[in-house]
Amino acid sequence: MKFGVLQFPGSCDEVDALSAARRVGDAELIWHGERDLGGAEAIIVPGGFSYGDYLRAGAIARFSPAMESVIEFAGNGGLVLGICNGFQVLCEAHLLPGALLPNTNRHFTFRQLELEVLYSGGPFTGACALGERLSIPAKHAWGRYYADPETLAAMDRGGQLVLRYAPGENFNGSLHDIAGVCNERGNVFGLMPHPEHAVDELIGGSADGLKIFESMRMSVEGARA
Amino acid sequence: MPEPATLPTLEDALALGLRKTEYELVCEKQGGPPNLLELAMYSLLWSEHCAYKHSKKLLRTLPTEGPHVVMGPGENAGAVDVGGGMVCAFKVESHNHPSAVEPFQGAATGVGGILRDIFAIGARPIAVLDSLRFGEPTGARARYLLEGAVSGIAHYGNSIGVPTIGGEVYFEAPYEQNCLVNAMALGLARREQLVRSAAAGPGNLLVLFGASTGRDGIGGASVLASAELGGEGEQDKRPTVQVGDPFEEKKLLECSLELLEHGLIVSLQDLGAAGLTSSASEMASKGEVGIDIDVARVPLREPGMEPFEVMVSESQERMLCVVEPASLAAVLALCEKWEVNGAAIGTVTDSGQMRVLSGGELLGSMPVRALVDDCPLYDLEPQKPAQPIYEPPEASLPAGASAAETLLGLLASPNIASRRPLFEHYDPIVQSRTVRRPEQADAAVLALPDGSALAVSIDGNGRRVAADPYRGTIAGVLECAANLACVGAEPLGTTNNLNFGNPEKPHIAWQLSESVRGLGDACRALQAPIVGGNVSLYNEGATSGPIYPTPVIGMVGRLPDARLAAGLGFARSGDEIALVGAFAPSLAASELAKLRGEALPDGLPEIDIATVRAAQLAVRDAVRSGELASAHDIAEGGLAVALAECCLAGGLGAEIILGEERAEADRESQLFGEGSGGFVVSGESRALQRLGESVAVRRLGVVGAQALRIGMGAEADDEAIEVSLAELAGAHAALAELFS
Repeated sequence: MKFGVLQFPGSCDEVDALSAARRVGDAELIWHGERDLGGAEAIIVPGGFSYGDYLRAGAIARFSPAMESVIEFAGNGGLVLGICNGFQVLCEAHLLPGALLPNTNRHFTFRQLELEVLYSGGPFTGACALGERLSIPAKHAWGRYYADPETLAAMDRGGQLVLRYAPGENFNGSLHDIAGVCNERGNVFGLMPHPEHAVDELIGGSADGLKIFESMRMSVEGARA
Repeated sequence: MPEPATLPTLEDALALGLRKTEYELVCEKQGGPPNLLELAMYSLLWSEHCAYKHSKKLLRTLPTEGPHVVMGPGENAGAVDVGGGMVCAFKVESHNHPSAVEPFQGAATGVGGILRDIFAIGARPIAVLDSLRFGEPTGARARYLLEGAVSGIAHYGNSIGVPTIGGEVYFEAPYEQNCLVNAMALGLARREQLVRSAAAGPGNLLVLFGASTGRDGIGGASVLASAELGGEGEQDKRPTVQVGDPFEEKKLLECSLELLEHGLIVSLQDLGAAGLTSSASEMASKGEVGIDIDVARVPLREPGMEPFEVMVSESQERMLCVVEPASLAAVLALCEKWEVNGAAIGTVTDSGQMRVLSGGELLGSMPVRALVDDCPLYDLEPQKPAQPIYEPPEASLPAGASAAETLLGLLASPNIASRRPLFEHYDPIVQSRTVRRPEQADAAVLALPDGSALAVSIDGNGRRVAADPYRGTIAGVLECAANLACVGAEPLGTTNNLNFGNPEKPHIAWQLSESVRGLGDACRALQAPIVGGNVSLYNEGATSGPIYPTPVIGMVGRLPDARLAAGLGFARSGDEIALVGAFAPSLAASELAKLRGEALPDGLPEIDIATVRAAQLAVRDAVRSGELASAHDIAEGGLAVALAECCLAGGLGAEIILGEERAEADRESQLFGEGSGGFVVSGESRALQRLGESVAVRRLGVVGAQALRIGMGAEADDEAIEVSLAELAGAHAALAELFS
């Protein structure tokens, strides 16, 4: 099982994502200027500030050569995980519905959060139980998830609302406490919290984030078998 | 060369900040009056900021050598050996004056500057800490500066992907006009990756890479950092504050490290204060070579810049390196990959001259030695002030407050209240090394690849230094070492930023020289040599008087097993709690004295460094053995506040019996007095007993329930403190409203 982790010039959490992925499989970085995804079976668009994000988070990154390949990869059913800035990029690229707006508290905020698993049927949370709580940190300034009411209702019916902030944990003002969503097909998933920063009890006190990577591995290897 | 008629005069030299005698010396070194370009370059390199002309003699008294030191003062940052072939680079630097003028950009570029110092020696930056000082947060200016500085640090550190893992902030009236923004950074490198800044090899090329050069920050070093801030005219200085771009620096960082990885660089230097002038001259001076720079080859942000503007611009996110001609194409190709400018702008020569050209035209020529090394150094004329310098603080705690009210008042005081509303702006976990986050332990802890860990602390209580510059500084150094001991770490090296007022005034000279004497004595005793640092003088407003003398100490240590780093919070109900060390608390210059509006005392009680050191070693070893459940050093607010902090961090209460004290004053100093060498630890009874074999251990009580109860042991215990965890937490959250 091989993960590919995109690397933009302003990526910050790409090495963290790389080593998290390597806990469950192989993983390599993919430079933003590359079109070749190097045989990756799942793609991670990591956190950071892709091209500085001075215009709008993720607005430029969606046009990079690597993202063009990722859009094609997703169209063919490949697994794509977007974390934080990666989530923003996937929304900008219309691989995921909705948009991420500035936090209601108006500034960058770091916090260790409790998340609830709303949907455990898909390839990103298959290793979690429905209703399970995950302790995962979040750190961002633009994390308020927004989609129009019709879209949200359809997403709810389709099992696309995958993770939500536990009561009292939603500091960014996301609608319906939404923390992570997937596309209709279920193969593209974005979340604002950072599962790659919760893979080791020693560092961060929680390994709950590992379940996301483990779920992806199970899904890819299951499809292969 | 320009015609003599256009040569600047003595008046121009004075306007640029040089003294008459210095200008005369420049003329002597140049063999005649300098032209404008040359004068501008001399005025910057001979400024306090670049030449350390009032502090260099003192700094020479500091211990700089030790078994762990790999790189000492003089390079862009110091470095210590952390085992396994790895070194840790670290340094603290100030950006006080820019931050007082424009706090967001001042603080942001302060972070950018210290990060460049770290990767300039070839280390990947792995952490930032900050040390901030403002006026009382009840004031609008202090709140504006605080919010700007915190946002600026967050903007830069978060965006570049370096975790901000710790820091400290104090609020005191003397910082009202002149805030302090000090930033410390750490980096990690394999020992053989380190690179120095000395230019070498005549015929080699000088490559400037990174952002383009603009008019921002022109004269920042001489205009801002080497003169007192005026009461008015701060708006006029705004153009001298640089503007930071963390995305540009992220690319510059990756580009620099990749150039080093491929062995393409002979030497490397960042551009900071005084821009190209300072960087190129220092590289030439260290390598004992000459350098020719062609300003026409410098990539510019705007057309029509004068040569002197190009030479003194403080545009951020730029580096200078020396490369062999054969490597140039590969160097420029990597610059292209990372989308940063790269241009060969000069050559290393054997002339010993710093020459500035534009195309073929020679614009200026100065002996490198004269520029960098021949600035006169001045002796301080220290004189202990006959009268107190500082006004007593305004009282904020009602007279006759009970012990419980006093405890809550202290917990809510701006210097003690939880820093969470500030540090939540920072990313403390990127790069996946952070074992102990802010408020989890006394020191930040970063895991190393071999299972060991680095511990870092930064501290400096200016009020105590104002009361006693010598002992107050020792207390600051001991505080850092105590923080390290609490996570099981031993100090490897120290960095410092000396923030003081105008050293030409005898009472400031006295503060500075006494403080440096204390710094040296404490670092020698701890075997924690100074590997680098910075000096920031003239921190006083024209009418507001000097800041508290504020030596900010940063200390890096190592612990063998990251898993055993103790937290500060009580961990298990039923654990015993003990006071460790020969703690001799005093209310002199304490936080409680401040809340009561008391004037600073003349002097602090004597500190027995050896006894304090012994207690630190005992705590360190006990933590390393894994036997203690928690360890916390007693600092501002004394024992009662330390106990409350242990309760809050662990979410558990405690039942404490202090023992009967007859006099009320003794009770108060027992509860709220401050001093060096005391720790609150918790653990099983046997663990505390074993600790007692090597150091004084006094059993205080047990962990449990949801309240902190401190009894004095009397039968009818009227004086007991009993406060619920919720009340403690409410008081401790006092700073939250600042950011709401």
